[in-house]
Amino acid sequence: MMKVSLFITCLSDAIYPRVGEAMVRLLAAHGIRLEFPQVQTCCGQPSYNSGYWDETRVAAKTILEAFDDSDFVVCPSGSCTYMIHHYPELFVDEPEWLDKAKRLEAKAYEFTQFLVQVLGITDLGAHFPHKVTYHPSCHGSRLLGVKDEPLALLSNVKGLELVPLPHAEDCCGFGGTFAIKMSDISGAMVTEKVDHVKETQAEVLVGLDMACLMNIAGNLRHRNEPVRVMHLAELLYEGVQTR
Amino acid sequence: MSQPGVMDETVKSRAGLALNDDFLRKAVKFTTERLRNGKKAASEEHGNWEEWRERGRQIRLHTIAHLDYYLNEFVNNARANGVHIHFADTSAEAASIALDIAAHKQATSVVKSKSMVSEEVHLNHVLESAGIEAIETDLGEYIIQLAGEAPSHIVIPAIHKNRYQIAELLSKEAGEVLEPDTTVLAGFVRKKLREKFLEADIGLTGCNFAIAETGSMVLFENEGNARMVSTVPKTQITLMGMERIIPSWADLEVMATLLPRSATGQKLTMYMSGITGPRRSADADGPDEMHIIIVDNGRSLQLGDPEFQELLNCIRCGACLNACPVYRHIGGHAYGGTYSGPIGAVLTPALNGNIEEWNDIASASSLCGACYEACPVKIPLHDMLVYLRRRKVEDGHGNKLETMGMKGFAAVAANSKRFALAIRLGQIGQKAVVRNNGISLKLGPLKGWNTYRVAPSLAKKSFRQQWNSLDQELNQQQHTAMDTSVRERMQQIVRDRGEGGSKHGK
Repeated sequence: MMKVSLFITCLSDAIYPRVGEAMVRLLAAHGIRLEFPQVQTCCGQPSYNSGYWDETRVAAKTILEAFDDSDFVVCPSGSCTYMIHHYPELFVDEPEWLDKAKRLEAKAYEFTQFLVQVLGITDLGAHFPHKVTYHPSCHGSRLLGVKDEPLALLSNVKGLELVPLPHAEDCCGFGGTFAIKMSDISGAMVTEKVDHVKETQAEVLVGLDMACLMNIAGNLRHRNEPVRVMHLAELLYEGVQTR
Repeated sequence: MSQPGVMDETVKSRAGLALNDDFLRKAVKFTTERLRNGKKAASEEHGNWEEWRERGRQIRLHTIAHLDYYLNEFVNNARANGVHIHFADTSAEAASIALDIAAHKQATSVVKSKSMVSEEVHLNHVLESAGIEAIETDLGEYIIQLAGEAPSHIVIPAIHKNRYQIAELLSKEAGEVLEPDTTVLAGFVRKKLREKFLEADIGLTGCNFAIAETGSMVLFENEGNARMVSTVPKTQITLMGMERIIPSWADLEVMATLLPRSATGQKLTMYMSGITGPRRSADADGPDEMHIIIVDNGRSLQLGDPEFQELLNCIRCGACLNACPVYRHIGGHAYGGTYSGPIGAVLTPALNGNIEEWNDIASASSLCGACYEACPVKIPLHDMLVYLRRRKVEDGHGNKLETMGMKGFAAVAANSKRFALAIRLGQIGQKAVVRNNGISLKLGPLKGWNTYRVAPSLAKKSFRQQWNSLDQELNQQQHTAMDTSVRERMQQIVRDRGEGGSKHGK
């Protein structure tokens, strides 16, 4: 029996549990029961990106322990999945942890990567009759290379009209602590991103990373724009329930 | 507007000035977008961009790994061609060598084509202090020289100015009102500079590439001014960074494919000049005397540093600036150094070997990786920005509040029980401030965030608090059998993985 584990990420755990629930229920319908190791905490990206690597190793070890005996690890964030690719460089001096890090790197997948690359599924039979635009998050698309997978999944959703987002590849301005430290630059970036979302006249903005979506949704709400913001897992789950 | 020597203290305050300058933001957006789209079209049309990009990277990696060898080869060949070679360890030394040559020639006037190294060396200032007129002849450089500013882009120095601002500057110089029409403005500058070219005692150029096998130097340009600078005056001085070397003319083919396409979206610049020594008796024109000043100024500090050596691979195309969403909003002066954008954010601290003074620039990035994606020689600038931040922390220069915060983060993230408790405390603590699942309060760390956004509240129940009931519910349902083909795919992937693992993704 394959052991497939959910790496929830702190944001989906604490703020957007509905994303994790959607993933669990969608995959259960395909015979894959995700298990959830409770010892996981955070991937350590906030401290890694800020230059605090000792602190990062502490967080990373909980992730390495949580998933050491899993066959596959699935995560609703390209950015947190990519963080795992940094683990080997963090543990070059700790051979035991380095082995775990290399093993985890090979078996960790972002949600759409797992569906398309591992399971070979691009059509979940969802129906979602709305005008939707898609923001490709930077780490997922540029660094992890997740570009075609979400588009393949979206193209098979019945009734969905996908409108291209102008300057889609531009960063939304989140960048973790960057949004706090350089708040005015980050604010200018998210403001422009939302201007582009508005241009599409989409009802729904969909993405693969709750950090970026939290940032964009926050600016939309600040400006009283009624665009609904969803993780692709939520959209697909809603789409299979109402078909 | 920031000027050389007159600088606001932090990148944050300098960025603040730019963010409030609508003219600047509009001008920078307009031109970076044009350049970025040009590059995209040119690299798509090329057809094998990724292969050539990898080839370019390999050439640069190889050259820098054997820089001593190729530099030596270049110097020997250039000397054999009759070029005077000088070495400068620091920017001050480079400036004083140039000044000595000028004094020896009793020069009163120098015409310059575009050279970022001369900006690094603050050469105009040095020459002018010695009573020698230094005139920039690249149109963009000429404009910012009139404005008394530093370049705000590696390739387009006056990118932050629109044509109305430029017309105003040039009208002052002309002593009459010039229409804000690019033909009129360029026409005025052409006429003005023609006189300067003819008067100048010395022509000063930069160097895009130096070819080791023949001791030649190569210049890429669009205006023909570098051609004038390197043919009209009797003496030529070329300033080059010590890393500008490539081994051969065959390698130049790869660079000539990558550089113009990445910089401006051109297949080739209007002029590409290869210069091998001073004028020979059969030559129609060219300088009688030629000097090349090879500048280190912090570059050799990167050699042998596994995290930063690749910085020396940079071919100064500016593609990372055009792709950068931060540069797009704040322009180049906010970076505070000679080099701006993502490459400047890494290069300036690295060359200065003083990350304490410059380290705040590394914070002005969301680490989105657009720079890496745009780079024609694949320099991982987004990783280098993190390395800079880490070195600052390791050297004990981390912000005190942030250091405490990160210690707290590690304490919570070390243990899932503490992590769950932190979420629970947050759920209780937020009750006073949450309205309709959001927090608008502008206080503490939320101040910056909530100036532009409404923060989300923590969920009433976190995923880990919901897990048991979700798991039980699914256990009670009829289990859907996994498709055989799916099962086989998964088993195959696990088998292929082997020990140690293979990477998927990029």
